[in-house]
Amino acid sequence: MSDATANMTIYLKVWRQASATAEGKFVDYKVDHVSPDMSFLEMFDVLNDQLVKKGESPIAFDHDCREGICGMCSMMINGKAHGGQKGTTTCQLHMRKFKSGDAIVVEPWRAKAFPLIKDLVVDRSAFDKIIQAGGFISAQTGNAPDANANLIPKTVADEAMDAAACIGCGACVASCPNGSAMLFMGAKISQLALLPQGQPEAPRRALNMVKSHDELLFGNCTNHAECEATCPKEIGLEHIARMNREYTKATFTYHEKARGGDGA
Amino acid sequence: MTSSKLDSKVPSGDLYAKWDKHKFESKLVNPANKRKFTVIVVGTGLAGGSAAATLAELGYNVHAFCIQDTPRRAHSIAAQGGINGAKNYQNDGDSIKRLFYDTIKGGDYRSREANVYRLAQVSNNIIDQMVAQGVPFAREYGGYLDNRSFGGSQVSRTFYARGQTGQQLLLGAYSGMMKMVNKGKIKMFSRREMMDLVVVNNQARGIITRNLVTGELERHVADAVLLCTGGYGNVFFLSTNAMASNVTAAWRSHKRGAYMANPCFTQIHPTCIPVHGDYQSKLTLMSESLRNDGRVWVPKKQNETRKPEEIPEEDRDYYLERVYPSFGNLAPRDVSSRQAKYRCDEGLGVGTTKKAVYLDFRDSIKRDGLSTIAGKYGNLFEMYERIVGEDPYKTPMMIYPAVHYTMGGLWVDYNLQSTIPGLHVLGEANFSDHGANRLGASALMQGLADGYFVIPYTLSNYLASNKIDKLTTDHDAFKEAETRVKLADDKLFGLKGKRSVDDFHKALGHYMWEEVGMARNEAGLKKAITGIRKLKEEFWQDVNVPGTAGEYNFELHKANRVADFLELGELMALDALERNESCGGHFREEFQTSDGEAVRNDESFCHVAAWEWSGEKAAPIRHVEELKFENVQLATRSYK
Repeated sequence: MSDATANMTIYLKVWRQASATAEGKFVDYKVDHVSPDMSFLEMFDVLNDQLVKKGESPIAFDHDCREGICGMCSMMINGKAHGGQKGTTTCQLHMRKFKSGDAIVVEPWRAKAFPLIKDLVVDRSAFDKIIQAGGFISAQTGNAPDANANLIPKTVADEAMDAAACIGCGACVASCPNGSAMLFMGAKISQLALLPQGQPEAPRRALNMVKSHDELLFGNCTNHAECEATCPKEIGLEHIARMNREYTKATFTYHEKARGGDGA
Repeated sequence: MTSSKLDSKVPSGDLYAKWDKHKFESKLVNPANKRKFTVIVVGTGLAGGSAAATLAELGYNVHAFCIQDTPRRAHSIAAQGGINGAKNYQNDGDSIKRLFYDTIKGGDYRSREANVYRLAQVSNNIIDQMVAQGVPFAREYGGYLDNRSFGGSQVSRTFYARGQTGQQLLLGAYSGMMKMVNKGKIKMFSRREMMDLVVVNNQARGIITRNLVTGELERHVADAVLLCTGGYGNVFFLSTNAMASNVTAAWRSHKRGAYMANPCFTQIHPTCIPVHGDYQSKLTLMSESLRNDGRVWVPKKQNETRKPEEIPEEDRDYYLERVYPSFGNLAPRDVSSRQAKYRCDEGLGVGTTKKAVYLDFRDSIKRDGLSTIAGKYGNLFEMYERIVGEDPYKTPMMIYPAVHYTMGGLWVDYNLQSTIPGLHVLGEANFSDHGANRLGASALMQGLADGYFVIPYTLSNYLASNKIDKLTTDHDAFKEAETRVKLADDKLFGLKGKRSVDDFHKALGHYMWEEVGMARNEAGLKKAITGIRKLKEEFWQDVNVPGTAGEYNFELHKANRVADFLELGELMALDALERNESCGGHFREEFQTSDGEAVRNDESFCHVAAWEWSGEKAAPIRHVEELKFENVQLATRSYK
């Protein structure tokens, strides 16, 4: 097919580590016949195909939808989460952004809260735990009033949507010098705090999620804003600000009395 | 005549009252007893996620499994357009009955009336539920929900959250799951793949999974199993599905006794970014809405070397406008896809691979202005530029059809139960309510309907009316199933062949695309069957799977999936060969009018074909469920 255009040569330095406990190291690879139309992950497919044919172990990396929405792909490329192209996940980064002969360093997400599994694959289940602590509205199936019963101004719905666009990839954590998940958590708290449906649980949500975040060994926010710069969905720092407001408000106003039973 | 194994269990009585009647007649499980039951849910997309959360809320113990690192990444997330609901908020004449009718017609009269009516009924509850969970649907300035219209309907009933409706709905279902994980009612198993179904005393009682990180095989026992594992579009190698989407859970259940229904019904979407090279791993959909303002064309002569913007009007063929003067560029998905294929077959395709057509916005930009077009499609144009590296404001887009959705799947009755008692199948994984062709914005609706509003009732009826014995994973059936998986792994590692798994997958995809794709004929389907059989033999002689089973081994995962795709692919070709008619996404070239329109055969094929596996050596058996239309009249779709 279009192999005539596949004329780039790329020099890769890739982090290889057999398991969480094994020692890791950078390994050099040369990939020939790279087409500028390839995605970064397709270039890895080509490399892995060569490794398999040589009987070597292919490089493990996370990926799934390859259209920038599932949040599974996660590579630190030349020190930038997802490679640093604005609003772009690793799977949507294309080789035409590089030049033939380029050397590219590829590492996994590095953060205390994301233990390494293999090569470029890390364990991001700490994100699920933050959501479990309160990133939901308790609306049991069948309970819901008519969808138009609560009016939500367009501007509010749009802002909630900006926050809700988070794909949970973890680039914010990987790029933060403190390994903080405040942008991830702030996006969820902010989305639900903006909506009337989210009000009843808002204080409890903020307190519980922040507590969970800290227990999971994510660091604190010191306003570097690197998360905002690398977020592939361009989620803004204002959501961290709203989270802080929600949290502060809750510490003053919210008190859960410990009394056993629901009285039923 | 309908096969005795295929009793649809549709309740008697008036169409409009069937579901209410059925719910009332279904047995319930006492709240205190629900905690004694364990339910396995495989897959955590819209169907699995909503089912797991809801069943856990009701009090069942749910064990949920997903192939990704977290349930939030299931491929429902990639749906762009929206979700239908018969709310009639626009006062434009919509109703449950109209949504029902549009869905039956859109499916070209190959779905079950009662199921489709129920789907339309619960569509409204879904919208309410998702809003209550905090899904930020698009709103009007007054605060009311916004709607848009979509292909195949004359009303605006589609709810949407920008171009990320699937993502927002999935995150809603996921947040409900996380709430129940926190309460200890859902036990979540991620990075797991279902490798086999365990059937004991003719009841589905458990599954064997592989821990994808450690490679370990695990046994899980339960009182019922729900398969919510999505579609099998990746049998074509290239599709808009995610990389891990596969048929293994469904296919292995098929081999344990679940019938596979209408496997040849696949949907090919006309507006995707074309294939650009052999190394390509997947295809990306561009929203169908682009056809509202874009004009589709190819050059009139072969081997055209000029840039598209330099080709004058008289050398362009706007073939959709020419062939379908009244629908033009808005002809339905199957029709538009097929026409693009014909142009490329004639040697008129464009781009480096010659397998693409132009979608041109020049005239609409001239007519409406750049800012209007940017306002409507700006994000899509950006996405296109990111992938292709060309600016669609200046150069026409290149598009080509791609496999997108599979209407076929495991056969289920009105209760969503397969031919194996206790095995229920939800969402795209079942043969579903979409007949031979799915309308836009209906997939999300069906997944959530099954999970939120159907299975909670029908599962309790199953659990309350059947005797389910106590069982542990020490039972021989678990041992046998696990051994079966292990032996297949050993065999794969033992081959030490010369070809990679992807080589075989691509070869299979080639047969599927060329012969079992947009247009099919007897000779081609026979060729595909022979070719795929041979390919399967070669696979089991010459595939190379490196490494061991006891590690994170992606090649092993893929090899098992491709082994199943090879068997499914053959069945799809056989199903297409036996269905001597054209309907919906299934177009047989022998059955068309003189001007190329599909010719359905209601006399002989107004039925569901459900296939029974009868072993490696024997031919599968085709069973039939007759479809009765009592409320709508069968008619011919026309788009001229």
